[in-house]
Amino acid sequence: MQADPIGVLTGAHFLDGDHACCEGAIAAGARFAAGYPITPSTEVVERFAMRAPTVGGTFIQMEDELAASIAIQGAVWGGAKAFTVTSGPGFSLMMEHIGYAAMTETPCVFVDVQRGGPSTGLPTLPAQGDMMQVRWGSHGDYDTIALCPNSPQECFDLTVTAFNLSERYRVPVFVMLDEVVGHMTEKVVIPQPDKIEVEPRRFTRKDPKSFRLFEPLEDQVPEMAKAGDGYNVHVTGLTHDERGYPNMTPPVQDKLVKRLRSKIRDNAGKIWMYESRDIDEAEVVVVSYGITSRVAQRAIDLAKAEGIKVGKFRLITAWPFPDKPLREIAAKVKAFVVPELNLGQMVREVERVAGGQARTIHVPHAGGSVHRPEDILAAIREAAR
Amino acid sequence: MSTTTLNTLPANPVEQFLRSERMPHIWCPGCGIGTTVNCFTRALIETGVELSNLAVVSGIGCTGRVAGYVNLDSFHTTHGRAIPFATGLKLANPKLNVVVYSGDGDLFAIGGNHLIHAARRNVDLKVICVNNLIYAMTGGQTAPTTPGDVITSTSPYGTYDPAFNLPYLVEAAGAVYVARWTVFHVRQLAKSMGEMFKKKGFGFIEVLSPCPTLYQRRNKMGDGLDALKYYKQASKIKHGAPTSEVGLTKSGEIIVGKFVDRERPEFMDMMNAHLSQRLGDEYIQPTLDGGCGSECGNCEEVL
Amino acid sequence: MARGAVTIVVERCKACGFCVEFCPTKVLALSSAYNSKGYHPPHAVAPDKCSGCDLCGMFCPDFAIHGYRTDKTKGAKEAEDAG
Repeated sequence: MQADPIGVLTGAHFLDGDHACCEGAIAAGARFAAGYPITPSTEVVERFAMRAPTVGGTFIQMEDELAASIAIQGAVWGGAKAFTVTSGPGFSLMMEHIGYAAMTETPCVFVDVQRGGPSTGLPTLPAQGDMMQVRWGSHGDYDTIALCPNSPQECFDLTVTAFNLSERYRVPVFVMLDEVVGHMTEKVVIPQPDKIEVEPRRFTRKDPKSFRLFEPLEDQVPEMAKAGDGYNVHVTGLTHDERGYPNMTPPVQDKLVKRLRSKIRDNAGKIWMYESRDIDEAEVVVVSYGITSRVAQRAIDLAKAEGIKVGKFRLITAWPFPDKPLREIAAKVKAFVVPELNLGQMVREVERVAGGQARTIHVPHAGGSVHRPEDILAAIREAAR
Repeated sequence: MSTTTLNTLPANPVEQFLRSERMPHIWCPGCGIGTTVNCFTRALIETGVELSNLAVVSGIGCTGRVAGYVNLDSFHTTHGRAIPFATGLKLANPKLNVVVYSGDGDLFAIGGNHLIHAARRNVDLKVICVNNLIYAMTGGQTAPTTPGDVITSTSPYGTYDPAFNLPYLVEAAGAVYVARWTVFHVRQLAKSMGEMFKKKGFGFIEVLSPCPTLYQRRNKMGDGLDALKYYKQASKIKHGAPTSEVGLTKSGEIIVGKFVDRERPEFMDMMNAHLSQRLGDEYIQPTLDGGCGSECGNCEEVL
Repeated sequence: MARGAVTIVVERCKACGFCVEFCPTKVLALSSAYNSKGYHPPHAVAPDKCSGCDLCGMFCPDFAIHGYRTDKTKGAKEAEDAG
């Protein structure tokens, strides 16, 4: 279905990633946000605070990230599309509620504008240090979807995608910015509402007597309901059966938790997004994401000028990780080069998937600035030897 | 006595509110939480609240299990966070009447910060706090409400830190309705709940209830019935008592009654009034029922 | 002549004793029978004294008992005929 025109600022804008992300949320139909200020993410909700009253939305600044991350879920069960925004320390605080969203299959979006860590770290400087945390941060087994924009335009586009994916799979979805993408200002084109594809919430049409809130359809995803429609829903974080009633036994645990994983895993092929270029002839492939991918592009161009056959694989979805495409590439190339603004997170996935078929050259960076292209180039040269 | 089957006789008024297939419940013999549910359902019947617009949000703990037993839109959320969940629920869908039904530890220890902010804002939530003076579900640890010199599993030599006086705290934070009853006071509690439901804003009722298995037993205070007899003997009804004077002790006087019933602007009313005033025609008030408020027709198209 | 009667859902009872203690006319006592969990549910030992006030129902934490008026309720005639 098309976007609600009231929320769409059609036109060409000069926006930073944080602001573009907010516009993406509004275009996707988000009408509720709860937030807590944290650099470098705050602008997303500051903009929403200004825009929400003019589009029929509500913004509330909560007393902490624990409150923000659960208030949005209350709003979802009230019927709204909702999101919250944070950075590293706040993201850590939100982990319990991320698990709650995964367990209760509450569709919502979390935006993490990553900064130097650990702990208070570098509040105003970039890193990509939360990439494993977004996948594994909450306790127990569950699967999530994480998207990595590398430009303000993508901050708009991928935030819309994030909302759509969350509705389609009844799962929390994460938009992983970094401080540079969040604070860089570029041209952002917002299309006409009828050119923006928006996924409606999968509200059930079954009558309350037969509807089961956690009974999956063929794609392993249950339909949704909301409070106030006579369904007498019951939602709990306890291990539950298809009615949503607590049933804390191993067989029910097995069935439920495996489905929480497989609804993403089995549909991964439809969820993956990546940008791959010049792979067929490549001897070396650079795997990168977020702002690092833009620096990597420079290194790739320099390497090509030196005659190295280098391809590019940019993760747009970091999770689910695109195992299959990368495994196929691993069989054909000498090595992967993986630059990231951390000391080794997504590179572990690349190594795992390469399975020894290709070397993996890691280009770590503790954070605080972006890589120098020369450092990535050096790794590409090393990989090509 | 008649032995005719249930369905030819008047049904227990509470039954229509229960997820009967989940009975019997897990609460201990002599626990008072079920009693509070009787009062709750009586209050709902009495005030005529539209049940499809009623949502119950609870946290974690023995009282938190109420959500799972009531046949209403019910949300069993995370420890301490029923109130922010309820806030989001209410703001997104203002036509809902949202009741927060949780325990003393959940609402005042881990959840304390959220409680005071919701009271400060006067968010339209009705909070029923069952206070059994302990963390019961996890095996009987000290709570911020446990009176002095009480044996708990984490104060094996007896508590020595001061306890919160809940009505005092909640009044100071901004609640517009504050009352305390015990599970002995079934009629007054039901009436008070009904009063609270009819009043807009942040309402709070503390209900003293026994934890026979842990609190009573470990302190050689008998069982649940003994606790109710104590409530009966030690309670003094003092409507309008200054909340600073209603603190509890291990076996002293229990002041009950309605302490606060005042007027303050409610959060959403303030929000709407303020934004209307600032933005004029540009302000689009969020819809009452969780929809996005647009007239784009997309949802009708899909449906 | 009783003005009321009680219905007991034996399997839900946990023998807490609230209903026995707080019945204003002392209609109830715990029986020597027991349910499948081993609890002794109450029974009416003085049914004639029952006023149908339903205080037992209000107190019962297990939703295992409730009282109702038999002299004024619709079900009164059926109840009398049956009982």
